[in-house]
Amino acid sequence: MTKTKPPVLDIRNLRVEYPLATGDVLVAVKDIDLVIQPGEIHALVGESGAGKTTVGNALMGLLQAPGKIVSGSIDIAGKPIDLRTGRTEGIVPGRDVGAIFQDPMTSLNPLFTVQDQLCEGMLTHLKISAREARARALDLMKAVGIPEPERRLGSYPHQLSGGQRQRVVIATALACDPQLIVADEPTTALDVSVQAQILKLIRDLADQRGVGVLLVTHNMGVVAEIADRVTIMQNGAVVESGPAREVLTAPKAPYARTLIAAVPPIDTRLERLPVPSEETKVTLEARDAVRRNNKKGNAERSDEVVLDVRNLCVEYGKGSLIPGRKTSVFKAVKSVSFNVKRGEIFGLVGESGCGKTTVANTIAGLVTQSSGDIDFQGNSLGGHRARSVRQSLQMVFQDPYSALNPRLRINNAIAEPILFYKLASNGAEARQDAKTLLETVGLPGDAGLRFAHAFSGGQRQRIAIARALGPRPSMLICDEPTSALDVSVQAQLLNLLKDLRDLAGLSMLFISHDLAVIRQMCDRIAVMKSGEIVELADTETLFTAPKHDYTRELLRLAPSLERILERERASA
Amino acid sequence: MIRLLSVRLLQAILVMVAVTAIAFIMFRFVGDPVASMVREGATQAEKDALRAALGLDRSIPVQFVHFVGQVLTGNLGTSFRYQQPVTDLLLNRLPATLELVVVATVLSLAIGIPLGVLSALKPHALLSRLTQSATLVGISMPTFVTGLLLILVFAVNLRWLPSSGRGDLVDLGLWQTGFLTLSGLKSLILPSITLALFQLTLIMRLVRSEMIDVLSSDYIRFAFARGLPKSYIYSKLALRNALMPVVTVTGLQIGQLIAFAIVTETVFQWPGMGLLFTNAVGYPDIPVLSAYLLFVGFLFVFINMIVDILYTFIDPRLRTK
Amino acid sequence: MAMARQSLLHRLPPVSVMIAFLILAVMLVLVIFAPMIAPMDPRDVSSYSLMDMEIPPAFMDGGDPRFLLGTDNQGRDLVSVILFGLRISVLIGIGAVLFAAALGVMLGLVAGYFGGVVDSVVMRIADVLVSFPTILVALLISGIARAQLGTDMVLTWAPVILIFAISVNEWVQYARTVRASTMVEVSRDYVRAAKVIGLPSGRIMVRHILPNVMSSVMVIATINLAGAILTEATLSFLGAGMPPTYPSLGTLIRIGNQFLFSGLWWIAVMPAAVLVILVLAVNVVGDYLRDRFNPKLMAR
Repeated sequence: MTKTKPPVLDIRNLRVEYPLATGDVLVAVKDIDLVIQPGEIHALVGESGAGKTTVGNALMGLLQAPGKIVSGSIDIAGKPIDLRTGRTEGIVPGRDVGAIFQDPMTSLNPLFTVQDQLCEGMLTHLKISAREARARALDLMKAVGIPEPERRLGSYPHQLSGGQRQRVVIATALACDPQLIVADEPTTALDVSVQAQILKLIRDLADQRGVGVLLVTHNMGVVAEIADRVTIMQNGAVVESGPAREVLTAPKAPYARTLIAAVPPIDTRLERLPVPSEETKVTLEARDAVRRNNKKGNAERSDEVVLDVRNLCVEYGKGSLIPGRKTSVFKAVKSVSFNVKRGEIFGLVGESGCGKTTVANTIAGLVTQSSGDIDFQGNSLGGHRARSVRQSLQMVFQDPYSALNPRLRINNAIAEPILFYKLASNGAEARQDAKTLLETVGLPGDAGLRFAHAFSGGQRQRIAIARALGPRPSMLICDEPTSALDVSVQAQLLNLLKDLRDLAGLSMLFISHDLAVIRQMCDRIAVMKSGEIVELADTETLFTAPKHDYTRELLRLAPSLERILERERASA
Repeated sequence: MIRLLSVRLLQAILVMVAVTAIAFIMFRFVGDPVASMVREGATQAEKDALRAALGLDRSIPVQFVHFVGQVLTGNLGTSFRYQQPVTDLLLNRLPATLELVVVATVLSLAIGIPLGVLSALKPHALLSRLTQSATLVGISMPTFVTGLLLILVFAVNLRWLPSSGRGDLVDLGLWQTGFLTLSGLKSLILPSITLALFQLTLIMRLVRSEMIDVLSSDYIRFAFARGLPKSYIYSKLALRNALMPVVTVTGLQIGQLIAFAIVTETVFQWPGMGLLFTNAVGYPDIPVLSAYLLFVGFLFVFINMIVDILYTFIDPRLRTK
Repeated sequence: MAMARQSLLHRLPPVSVMIAFLILAVMLVLVIFAPMIAPMDPRDVSSYSLMDMEIPPAFMDGGDPRFLLGTDNQGRDLVSVILFGLRISVLIGIGAVLFAAALGVMLGLVAGYFGGVVDSVVMRIADVLVSFPTILVALLISGIARAQLGTDMVLTWAPVILIFAISVNEWVQYARTVRASTMVEVSRDYVRAAKVIGLPSGRIMVRHILPNVMSSVMVIATINLAGAILTEATLSFLGAGMPPTYPSLGTLIRIGNQFLFSGLWWIAVMPAAVLVILVLAVNVVGDYLRDRFNPKLMAR
C-alpha cells in the first residue's frame, strides 16, 4: 500500500445549494468533508433526500441547474476541481473518474454495440489506435467476468442480461484506468444473486487496481458487504463517519443509531423493530374503535384455514393471428399449493420473476388462473367473485407513489369502498370512519382533507393500508409493501402491519424479495423459484435449518449487517 | 423478423380490402351511376341496357368481385365528367404531383432538420427563437393562405413568378417533366414552397422535441460522465437516436403532403392529381373519387411497409432477438 | 425534482401567451355578440348597396370611414361580413372538437381499460382512418353527401355535414392519447386497488381514470381546435364547405380570391388575416398548455 499517494478524493466543506423560485435557497449539501484513499471503498449512506446523490453529481460535474457549488473544495488525486466548470487541469471525467449508475439498461445506448461504447471513451481520452482500443476492450470484458467476451463485444445492450449489462457499465467506467469510481446505487436494480457477484467484482477491482470507490447507497446490507469506511448523511450534513465495522456495529450519533436499528436483522426474529413508537392518545383511541368494530372475533389465531391454494397454474400466452391458438406460452406459476391459517402472516419470498407477484395478483382477482383451485373462507375464487368475497380480501401494493388517485381527497379515497359496501349509511359517516382509520395508521385525522401529493412515501403507504382496511377485510395481501421505502420508514410500517393484524383480526399473505423482512413479519414461509414452491416451512425452521439448496443459496447471498462481522473474522 | 413482416403484410392486405370495399360502395351506391352517364332524355330501355352493360344488375358480391378484378387489372372506371378512363386521367397527372411533392419534401427536410437540431441545442440563440416563433405562425397559416400571399406578392405585385400552371414541359415519353425548362422551374417555386411550409414546421418541431428528449436520457448523461466531447455526443449519439422517429413521421407525412397537395394544386391551378380530385368533388365525379381513395390507400400501405422495413434496419432492437 | 415543480407553479404564463388568451377572449365576445356589434347585417339585403362596392379599407386612399376594412364586390361592409364569418368558423370548429372529443375519449377509455379484442378492433379502425389525411376524408364525405343528398339538402345541412366530416378523422387523436394514458393509469396501483376493492369497471373508468387523463385531452382539444378551424376553412375555400350564403372565413377568402388580380386584395386578405390571428392565438395557448401539463414536469 502506498502511503505517499494523495487520497483519490478529498472533499472539504462542500456546500451545494439550489435557489428556489420563491427566493429561498435549498441547501442540499451542508459543509461536508469526505476523504477516500486509493483502494478504499467508501460508502456514502443516507435515506432519500439526504444529499448523497448530489455529492456524487457535484464531483462529476453533473449537477443539474439551478444547483451550484457554493463553497468548499474537491480534490481528485491531489488536484483541485474548478468548481465553476467541474473540470480541472489534468483531471477529466471519464478518464480519471469513472461512473456507474443505477440502471444499466438506460445507461447504455441501445443503438450501439458493447464494443463501440467501450471504445468510445478510450479513443477520446487516450491516444491509442482503434486496434489497441479493441484489445483493451477485450481485456476489460474478461476483467469484469463476462463469459464469451469475444462474442459479446459485438452484442447490443438488449441482448445481455441485467447483470451482464452492469458489468459492461463497470468496464466502461474502468476503461481509462481511473483513480476514482463513483458508483450510485450500482446494485439496486439487480437480483440478490447478481448483486452479490457485482459487489464482489467491485471489491476485487478496488483491491487489485487500487481504485478508490465512492459507493452511494441506501442499502445497509450492501455497505456491510464491501465497504471499508462509511459516512452517514442526513438532510445534507454528515452525521457520522468512520470505519465500516465501527459505524455499523456501534454507531454513536442518534440518527445513525436509529438508522442502524431500523434495519431488519436476518439472524433473529424480533417482536417489533426498535424504532420510536408512534402511539399517541389519538392513535390509541382510534385503534380501540377498530378493535371494537371487529365483532367477528377473529382476532384469535387458529388452525382454521382461511385461504387454500391448490395446484395453481398461471400461463401467459402470446396470441397469434388465429384466435384461440397461442404461439408461445410462458408458465409464470406452475402448480403452486399452500394455505394460510387464520391470524397468521404467510410469506412468499423469491427473486424477481419467480412468480410470487403473479400468485398474489391471481388470488386478488387481478389475473385469472389457467388451472387450479383457490378457496377463500369456503368460497371458490374464479374469474367472477361475489361482492362479499371481494370485500373480505384486500390488497396493499408496492409503489406508494401510484397507490393513490392524485385527484381524490384522501378521505374520499378511503370512504369510497366503505360506501360501496354500505358499511356506512351516508357520505359524512363514511368520512368519519375514514378519519378513524387514518388515526389508526398513525396519521392525523385532518390529513383526510388533503391530496396525495402532500404526503411522503411512507405516509402514502399508510393511507393505502387505511383504505384497504375500510371494507373490514379478513385477509390482507401485501405485495412488497415496504420495498420502495427508506429503512426507518419501513421499520415503522412493518410494526404497524403487525399491530393491525392483532387489532383487526387479519390474516396476511406477505410477498417480498427481502429475506430479513420476511423473517421479521411471517409465521410460515414459502420460497419460490421459477414459478414453483421449492420449500415451505415455518420461519424458524426455514432460517435455521433450510432444506433446499436454493433456500440455502438465498440465505448465503442475502446482504446483512451481520456480514460485516464475518468479513472481519475472515480477514483476521 | 420474418414474422414481424408477415404480420405487417397481413395487416396491409386487410386494410386494402377494407379500402376497396369502401371504394366499391362509393362507386356503386352513391348517386346513380347510370343517371350520371347517360345523356339527357335517355329512354328506360337505354338505361336498362347501360345498367346491364355495366353489370349493375348482378348480385352485390359478384359485383364486388368484378370490381376487385377490374381494379387489379388497372381499370378504375370511367370518369363521369371527362368520359375518359380514370386510370389514364390519374397516370396523366401523376408526374405533376410527384415532382411537386418530391421537391417540397426535400426542401422541408433540408431546412427542417438542421433548424430543429439547432433550436434543441441552443434554445436561446437568436436564430432559434426566430425559428420557433416562425414555426408557430407556420402552423397557423392554412396552405391556401400561404399560397395566396405568395401569389399576391410574387405574381401580382412583383411579377417575378407565375401564379398558375406548370410552365413549359419536356416530354420524356411516359413522363412530362418541368425540371428541364426555366419556366418549368419557375412555376415550381411558389407551389413547392407553399407545400413545404407546413411540412417544414412540423419536422422542425418534431426534431426539436425528439432531440430534447434524447438529450435528457440516461445514456447521454452517462456519456457526459465519461467525458466524451460535446460535439461527438450531439452529432453521433443524440442525433442518431433522435432521427429514428423522424424517419417514421416523414414517411407517414407523405399522406399529409398528398392532402395538402390537393389544396396547393387548387390554389396554383397545378395540373396534378390533387386538382383533379378537387374538381371531382364539386361535380361530383364518383369514379374519380373512389379511384383516388384506392390510390391513396395503396400508397399509404406501401409507405407504411417501407417505413417498417427501414426501421428494422435502423433499430438493432428489432433486428436481433 | 421538488425544485422544478415549485418554480413552475410560481411562474405566470409568458406575455405572449397572455396576449393570445386576451385575443381569444375578445374574439369569443365578438362571436357571441356579432349581430349586435356588426355595423350592418350582411344577411339583410337592404342594408347594403352596389353603390358602395369595392371600396378599399379606411386607412388607404379612397377609403371610407364607414367601412373600416373596405367593402366587397357587392357593397357589403367587410367588418360585418368578417364578424359573421368568424362566428361560423368558430362555431363549426368548436362543434367538430366537441364531437370528436366525445367520441374519441369514450373509445380511448374503453380500449385502454379492457385491452384485448376491443382494443385491437378500435385501434385497427383508428389506424386505417388516420392513414388518410383529414382533408381527404372530409372532401370525400362532402362529395358523397352532395351526390347522395342533392345540392339543396347539402346547403341546409352544411354545418352538420362539415362537423361530421372533420371529426370523423379527428377522434382518433383523442382515442389514441386517452388510450395510452388509460393504459398507464390502469397499471398504476390505485386502479388495481380499485379493482381489488371490487368497484365496477364503468365506475373506475369514469370516476378514477377519466379525471386523470383529462388534462391531456384539454391540450389536444386546443390544438385540435386550431386544426378543425383550418380544415373547415380549407374545405370552404375549395368549395366543399360553407356556401356563400352563409360564408365562413374560408368561403370569404374563396370569394376574395377572384379579385386578387384586379387589385382588390383586401377582400381576400382581411378575412385571411383574421383567420390566421385566430388560429395563431389558439396555437399559442395550446402550446403553452401542452408544456405546462407535460407529465414529465408534473408532480408525482
